Amino acid sequence: MLVLSGITCIKNNNVLLKDISVQWEPGRMHIVMGPNGAGKSTLLRIAAGQLLPASGTVMYGDRPVTGFSVKELAAVRAALSQQQELAFPLKVREVVLMGRYPHIQGKPTLTDKRYCREAMGLLDLEDLSERDYLSLSGGEKQRVHFARVLAQIWERPPNGCRYLLLDEPLTFLDVHYQFRFMRQLKTLLQQQDLVIVAVLHDLHIAAKFADNILLLHKGRMAAHGSREEVLTPAHIQQVYQLDSEDIAAVIPVYHQPTSVSHT
Amino acid sequence: MQNRPYNGVFPGLTILLVAAVLLSACLGAIDISIGEIAGAAGKLFYNGSNYTLHERIFLEIRLPRVLFCLLAGAALAVGGVLLQALFRNPIIEPGLIGTSSGAAFGAALYFVTGAMFHFHAGVWMLPLAACAGAMLATFMVLGLSGSKEDGKTGIVTLLLMGIAINALFLSGTGFLSYIARDPQARSITFWNLGTLSGANWDSVIITAVVVTLCCWRAMACAAKLNLLMLGEEEAQLSGVGVKRLKIEVMVINVIMIAVVTAFTGVISFVGLVVPHFLRIWKGADNRYLVAAGALAGAILLTVADIAARLLLRPAELPIGIVTSLAGVPVLIFLLKKKKYYF
Repeated sequence: MLVLSGITCIKNNNVLLKDISVQWEPGRMHIVMGPNGAGKSTLLRIAAGQLLPASGTVMYGDRPVTGFSVKELAAVRAALSQQQELAFPLKVREVVLMGRYPHIQGKPTLTDKRYCREAMGLLDLEDLSERDYLSLSGGEKQRVHFARVLAQIWERPPNGCRYLLLDEPLTFLDVHYQFRFMRQLKTLLQQQDLVIVAVLHDLHIAAKFADNILLLHKGRMAAHGSREEVLTPAHIQQVYQLDSEDIAAVIPVYHQPTSVSHT
Repeated sequence: MQNRPYNGVFPGLTILLVAAVLLSACLGAIDISIGEIAGAAGKLFYNGSNYTLHERIFLEIRLPRVLFCLLAGAALAVGGVLLQALFRNPIIEPGLIGTSSGAAFGAALYFVTGAMFHFHAGVWMLPLAACAGAMLATFMVLGLSGSKEDGKTGIVTLLLMGIAINALFLSGTGFLSYIARDPQARSITFWNLGTLSGANWDSVIITAVVVTLCCWRAMACAAKLNLLMLGEEEAQLSGVGVKRLKIEVMVINVIMIAVVTAFTGVISFVGLVVPHFLRIWKGADNRYLVAAGALAGAILLTVADIAARLLLRPAELPIGIVTSLAGVPVLIFLLKKKKYYF
């Protein structure tokens, strides 16, 4: 379980996050939403231990995030950032194997390689494994990095949970892979020790897959709860400043129970 | 990263290196035959005396120069590999971020003030002065180009700041050679162009100790540097302590380059060309680049040194001129031949 309590983050006298408290349990799909600049990525970076909040604590199970070494934390927590800047000619499988770094002493073992192959299989990357990463399309690159972070936390730790933090993982994917990807996350969630938190923009996808949504607005919690509780016209109007006509365009998605109940 | 077809890379480079070293040992202002080399070695090991003139030239001048050349080439190439990995940009080399010009300034300062005040405090003073200058210049470049916003270093700012600081330290060295008396001024000028002619057993031993230690640390950092290719944020998320890694790599690099520069002056392009060539050849794994870079850098500088000694025989060219003359076209060719990644 990943627990953030009383998180406040201030940068250059701007309050980026104010008093955010949230619990992310394993086995459920947690989505963070909000307009641009709401503090979603900042929250995820704080959760990942990349950024220290001005106040508040981040607990991985019963351990504060500050109690982990960089490598220890990486062995149980993987995170996919918004932008990838890899600009060197590596093969796809080499990029994926990088994810195994926190588990590797010296040379990668056969197990490490097997985990990488399995992660690549999950994302249809087997055929690309010998390809030069730089020759891939944006969506293919995103799948490679997704396989990399999955490989990072592929095996269950002896105790405690694994954590997967995803910052806008769907940006470069086509609709097929967006749904495919979300379905696979759902499947992974059946392993009961996995905590998944994803920042998403797409209301339709969130409405379809989320078990729990945190809606941020100007660094504060605008709403938190099930999709039915959070994705209401009132909240969306308030947070995204949509007029009634535009809101109508998103309403059908989350008010069709048939499309949300069987995921 | 494994299973790359690296077979043949290291034996091939080693054979080339041995060939280059033998050639380099034989050729020069005075040619020395293999027989004479063997004779000198024999007398050295079996406590012989009465060396012939050629044997003495080999032992006292040629051999330290050849060995020093290997070490300097390895250091320059590994320095280039480290910096390119650290900044994730294949156009960085130690000369561009102030390391070389700072080292040159520190060494020039030692030459001039040492001569003025008549102190000569042991063989370690020159490399130490160069290290201090290199540290000062490099950390000035890094410190001044880090943005206040997020502490990240933009590559363009870094290069521009490198140009500014290089100009500052070069003019400092220029000033020193202006106020220096004739013999020192001459050694400063020669030395801004890069030369191996001053190599002796002292410089070989110091450089051997420093370069070996630094290359060993560089190998230990290489796997982490691979993850840094993903970006600093990603490397940290994947379990690499990025801050410590950056400091360690910078320190290794500055010490290694400064010590070499202290004895040879500024030799450019080796740190740029060697990693480029190796990356086009077999890919970007830094463990391969560090190890193969050390060998290939040694080969390249040895070949350049042979050229420097033969082109104007019996006089010799400063090696920095040779590496620049040869390095520029090679680099342009490599860049044009393959669509490269910037």
